[in-house]
Amino acid sequence: MRKCSLTNLDALLRTMADTATVYLPVDGSDGRAHFTKWEDGVKMSEALNTVRSAKDFFFPQTENLVDFKVEGKTIEVIDTREECEDFVIFGVRACDVRSFEILDRVFLADPVDTYYKNRREHGIIVSMACNKPSETCFCRTFGIDAAAPGGDIVCYKTEDALYLDALTEKGQALLAKLDALTEECDTAAADAQKDLIRDRLDKLPLNNLSADAFGGDKLDTFFNAPEWKELSATCLGCGTCTFVCPTCQCYDIKDFKTNKGVQRFRCWDSCMYSDFTKMAHGNNRNSQLERFRQRFMHKLVYFPANNEGIFGCVGCGRCLSRCPISMNIVKVMKKLGGNA
Amino acid sequence: MQKVTREILLAKAAELLSSGTVNRVLGWKAGEFTYDVTPALFTTAAELEKDFVYGPFSGANFSKYLVKETRRDEGKVLVFLKPCDTYSFNQLLTEHRFDRERVYAVGIPCDGMADIQRIKAQAGDGICGVDCDGDNLIVHTLYDGDKTLAMADCLAERCVNCKSKKHVAYDELIGETGEVIDSHRFDEVEKLEKMTEDERFAFWQNELSRCIRCNACRDVCPACTCEKCVFGNPESGVENKAIADSFEEKMFHVIRAFHVAGRCTDCGECSRVCPQNIPLHLLNRKFIRDIDNFYDEYQAGAEVGQRAPLVNYKLEDLEPSEAVERSCDHA
Ligand code: SF4
Ligand code: SF4
Ligand code: SF4
Ligand code: SF4
Ligand code: SF4
Repeated sequence: MRKCSLTNLDALLRTMADTATVYLPVDGSDGRAHFTKWEDGVKMSEALNTVRSAKDFFFPQTENLVDFKVEGKTIEVIDTREECEDFVIFGVRACDVRSFEILDRVFLADPVDTYYKNRREHGIIVSMACNKPSETCFCRTFGIDAAAPGGDIVCYKTEDALYLDALTEKGQALLAKLDALTEECDTAAADAQKDLIRDRLDKLPLNNLSADAFGGDKLDTFFNAPEWKELSATCLGCGTCTFVCPTCQCYDIKDFKTNKGVQRFRCWDSCMYSDFTKMAHGNNRNSQLERFRQRFMHKLVYFPANNEGIFGCVGCGRCLSRCPISMNIVKVMKKLGGNA
Repeated sequence: MQKVTREILLAKAAELLSSGTVNRVLGWKAGEFTYDVTPALFTTAAELEKDFVYGPFSGANFSKYLVKETRRDEGKVLVFLKPCDTYSFNQLLTEHRFDRERVYAVGIPCDGMADIQRIKAQAGDGICGVDCDGDNLIVHTLYDGDKTLAMADCLAERCVNCKSKKHVAYDELIGETGEVIDSHRFDEVEKLEKMTEDERFAFWQNELSRCIRCNACRDVCPACTCEKCVFGNPESGVENKAIADSFEEKMFHVIRAFHVAGRCTDCGECSRVCPQNIPLHLLNRKFIRDIDNFYDEYQAGAEVGQRAPLVNYKLEDLEPSEAVERSCDHA
């Protein structure tokens, strides 16, 4: 484990930025934290988490896939893919780190999504343990330990120092470049910080929320549950929950006609929208109840059914704080799963 | 003024349910942390007794839900309306968007609603509960014990700049109605008008660049009740699910602002729900102010059936070119 005095944090980030572009949570003019490119003078936010999740780095809201150049009767297919450059995401929370594993299961499974893979391979994740979890956090429900996040390097921040530990080869390589600014140390201070965090996690209001009632074999139990009606009754179908969610992974592919051809792009889609997965025969989810149910069934039943029981939610709490009607996965779990 | 409490509303709802005046109630359902109440439909007194709440976080404007609710072929729905909600109510009626006969509206006085973001800015993150104590809020925090905040410092923007305490629509009133207020709601707009064009462009560029096109602003807006929004309709040719570039970033908002011009009551829901904290109310208030200045003072939703200046041609109306000039020429 390496130690870096907080007075050297700027220098540490500068050194990192010399090797790759560094992004970190920064308070915006709106008073909320957003991942922002580090430059001299940019200060890391004290906020627990960003409004948008870190998935944007690997799965951006829009991206061009391929261009078609049309001339007369010939169509030229132009592969616009480029190898992306290395980048560091600094200060990622345990929940978001786990979300990458969930996205990997979707995008890196055969057939591999090369756009996603390209970014994933070039991204270095420096995670940060959560000193002050929020009331909306329930990562523990899904077996995530906010005191021991994954990633390539994990960091613990105390009053006066940052403790860094490499978890992967990528992480070791980056940490080696920071040698001049860090010193070797034992794990005592980081361990104490872990204990403090776990103690705080014990006291979170959602600490006892259990996902045991859910899982891949629960389709019949929940699909026709009468509770969906009440739960979805006032949902606006806006999609905010899906766009701030680090694990929501659905996208639409569209063609944009230019003067000389077509740009094929993809953009995030939301199961909360009325034209989601619309097909030639029309729509397969005609009511907001069905659309609403899809989002939560996907996280709590369909995803685990296809992924060895792993849930598609990481308990980050973003949908809790951003839904305009304060309806969310916790309320759904409590209502359907009977746990209070 | 009579203080509205959960008990008063509960008694009113139970009375109207049992008399058969209504068969369901639009109300607020308790959440996990006091502040996260959810709009919900209640059909029995027992359900109400169990989950119904009313307090400083019962801010959602229920008017728009009436579009959907009155299409159900069953009895009347009870809706509680704050003064600002009644303007949306009337505006929707003006546009024939719901069946008045299927609604029983109870007007409730309002001293302003709280904004959890403002509370968190003062009390920090980790808020497990909030209690009311006179003019104060007692905030139970995870890391800092209980904190006492003045409700006045926790008010939502739209409540700080409340434009009216008057109920312009109701079947029945709890307590008394108030007056239209000479508010400061245009102060921020004036600041924007005083900027140079470039400064103003940069201001909006910065704000709108955060938009994630979640559509919450549109979907909550009582003026946005098109059966199918052009921006969500694959057949429209201008559908855009996501922002492709800085042009599209602004297009959605500018078109939406024009579309609600003269119909926006300044209810403040759009700014309340935006996950990215974009001050959408400033865009709408600029339109409201221009309409006031170019035509006559006009408040959307003040009366049912009134004709908005933009759809009510008069010979003495100013020429469009003049309107454009004057709206840019404040500095
Ligand atoms: S659950 Fe909430 S955020 Fe999600 S679509 Fe419905 S209203 Fe919007
Ligand atoms: S469903 Fe909600 S809590 Fe779960 S990962 Fe998505 S945003 Fe976070
Ligand atoms: S959900 Fe867990 S990992 Fe995520 S921010 Fe909260 S405490 Fe940290
Ligand atoms: S609510 Fe905010 S982020 Fe969502 S579409 Fe509207 S302006 Fe954009
Ligand atoms: S634009 Fe905003 S303030 Fe105006 S009516 Fe719609 S939600 Fe209310």
